[in-house]
Amino acid sequence: MADARVAAVGRRVAPVWRWARERGLLESGGPVLGLIVLVVFFTVASDFFLTVRNIFNVLQQISVLAIVALGQTLVIITAGIDLSVGSVLALGGAVAGWTFAEAGWPMWLAIVAGLGIGAVAGLVNGLLITLGRLPPFIATLAMLSAARGFAQLVTSGEPISGYPNWFQDVGSYELFNSVPASVLIVTVLYLLGWFYLRYRASGRALYAVGGNEEVARLSGLPNTRLKIQVYTAAGLLSAVAGLVLVARLNSVQPTAGIGLELDAIAAVVIGGASLAGGIGSVVATLVGALIIGVLRNGLNLLNVSSFWQQVVIGGVIAGAVLLDTLRKRTRL
Amino acid sequence: MGARAGSEEPPGRGLVCQGLTKRFPGVVALQDVDLDVDYGEVVCVLGENGAGKSTLSNIISGALPQDAGTMSLDGDPYAPHSPADAIAAGIGMIHQETTLLPELSVAENVLLGRLPERAGVVDWRELNARARELLARVGCKVNPQVPAARLSVAQGRQVEIARALSLDARILILDEPTASLGAEEAETLFQLVRDLKEQGVGFIYISHRLSEVAEIGTRVIVLRDGKRVAEWDQPDVPVAELVRAMVGRDVEQVYPEPPPVQGEELLRVELLSRRGAFSDVSFTLRRGEILGIAGLVGAGRSELARALFGAEPADAGRIWLDGKPYEARKPAAAVAAGLVLVPEERKTQGLVLHLPVEENLALPSLQQLAVAGILRPAAERKLASTWINRLAIRGRPQQPAGTLSGGNQQKVVIAKWLPRNPKVVIFDEPTRGVDVGARQAIYELIDELADQGVGVIVISSDLPEVIGLSHRVLVLSGGHQAGVLERGEADQEKVMALALGA
Repeated sequence: MADARVAAVGRRVAPVWRWARERGLLESGGPVLGLIVLVVFFTVASDFFLTVRNIFNVLQQISVLAIVALGQTLVIITAGIDLSVGSVLALGGAVAGWTFAEAGWPMWLAIVAGLGIGAVAGLVNGLLITLGRLPPFIATLAMLSAARGFAQLVTSGEPISGYPNWFQDVGSYELFNSVPASVLIVTVLYLLGWFYLRYRASGRALYAVGGNEEVARLSGLPNTRLKIQVYTAAGLLSAVAGLVLVARLNSVQPTAGIGLELDAIAAVVIGGASLAGGIGSVVATLVGALIIGVLRNGLNLLNVSSFWQQVVIGGVIAGAVLLDTLRKRTRL
Repeated sequence: MGARAGSEEPPGRGLVCQGLTKRFPGVVALQDVDLDVDYGEVVCVLGENGAGKSTLSNIISGALPQDAGTMSLDGDPYAPHSPADAIAAGIGMIHQETTLLPELSVAENVLLGRLPERAGVVDWRELNARARELLARVGCKVNPQVPAARLSVAQGRQVEIARALSLDARILILDEPTASLGAEEAETLFQLVRDLKEQGVGFIYISHRLSEVAEIGTRVIVLRDGKRVAEWDQPDVPVAELVRAMVGRDVEQVYPEPPPVQGEELLRVELLSRRGAFSDVSFTLRRGEILGIAGLVGAGRSELARALFGAEPADAGRIWLDGKPYEARKPAAAVAAGLVLVPEERKTQGLVLHLPVEENLALPSLQQLAVAGILRPAAERKLASTWINRLAIRGRPQQPAGTLSGGNQQKVVIAKWLPRNPKVVIFDEPTRGVDVGARQAIYELIDELADQGVGVIVISSDLPEVIGLSHRVLVLSGGHQAGVLERGEADQEKVMALALGA
């Protein structure tokens, strides 16, 4: 009796489930559900969590991570990895800071220089990986070291501060007195990223390149050019994140972004992308970054030590991928 | 659910499977199938793709659990939970795709997991001696110390059989063992199967090539839609009857008469060479012409195709396409010039398996589908539905390409090129692992392309196919151009004689 009723409900739900799955709506269903659970939990556990102030606080805190993770998403879709994002972030900020404060360039030009150096670092990654045929792990590991070294050299290892007021104003600008500038930047960049992956031929081609490089090549796709573009974009985005950080702190730190590459990879993976390539989306990555941000913020509010926070985030990474693996296995 | 009564079954010799059933979401892959294999016989299992052959062999080899049914081995219950269990019980499986580890030596591959040791370190002399002995048993003459990557497909298959025998396999499942073998290598494999049969090894032999049944089988069973639909106790079954049982209707396996050649020269290849693969190949291809390329495996056929397509560029020679000099440096350039390749391995070269059918179809046309640089999902969907209909591809546009049957996968690999209106289409083994119905559809498509004025090159190990389809057959032998035979003068003996260099 009860079995029959369950089966009847199952039959009615199944087509809806299939409909949603075919449209990719469930691809990040698990992570979204996880995020909702976290938000509900912290809302109950802390009076302060679900306030406008705190929500934008979380968004601001993850903005740097989110920008870097956006580039990382593109790279991971192509079955690559970029370990250099944290160092390139520091290098971009350092070059902008030095050209302004030491070389006396106008601030706008210093910003262009900072972004440019990020793109160049990414381009070098891309060239090493495609033309030099280095594994992405090795090429970007080398860049992780080299870019950090350059960042220290440029700044002589010291923070550089003192930027024009307008630059600080941008850093502290809040739309409607609540939405910080960095959140606006993240929004715009994610919209661009979403559009690129969905509606641009080269963006869509990334899934084929990552899914099966040989098939992509034999389908006439310009694999080499696409990969170079993707690593360059990742470098550029790291530099953007670096400048967002400088604007917020009003200071260039040569040690900024140490270990950020691991957070970025975590955000992408928690969102549901596969390190094997061919799977991933900017929405999923944003959800992944939000999960990390909400966890850190919520655990802080609950006075959980940062050591325990690391343990929890480790558990979340393993758990997310474990769930994903189970889901794929049952789907078979 | 009613368990099948197993009490009255007599203890049999060899493997006895009763009532095997397996359901996957939305499909019954195997339904109430009985199968028994005695030692010293070769039971051929035939069926179209999706008929349940792989499911059956996966259950027997322990890779999949059955939903219902029982198996016994020499009268004892046999219920493997993993391939390791099956191997321990004496049942080995040789997969269609190689499972050798390319970086390890042949000897290590043969004795993987059981390397002889002395004082805690691998005893290489003993290892190589044991491997040599096992390889001799299967008539394989390779040096056990070379890495497996250097073996030909045929040699690899021998090594895998040697490995199974070293594990005391008494029943071997061969899944399409000749799929990537040339005629001569296939014959060597048949001889090995016959020898082992004499020594008392039982075989379950899964194949698409109907002629092989009479060649080595002792009994035949046919699966269709997961059910056992026909069986014969002797292998001399007329091919037409086998085909009828497989497809459930009459299909005359005739090659459509190719349409008349339309004259103009489309492709001219002069003294094309690639070191270590082929040398000094020259031919022309006219509009509407179908040129067959035959030869043994390793004769340089696929390499020639890949060179024309720019996948592995040639290092000498000249090519003209449509009257213009054409230099194939990379596939993207070939596609832009109007020359496309339907590659040999659809799973690793033709399709991104996890992506939906529609995205695979759109792959070569992404730039063309965009308006002002923006892709329109509606145009993509239309492209997909158009070609799914035109080629009668059985599958939904949103379905991952890897979940289609072999024949439908192959149709997708072909269909993805057609929106680009290619001038020359090269088919490399277009019907390998493709069932009879889809095969006919592919033949008709090839003719249709030629009729529209496309120049077609067909590479195939299936001699009747390459002869039946083509206006002319170019035969390669050991990387050299052994000859070109006109339609009418080409027959299997002549082609084979040229291919063998006789």
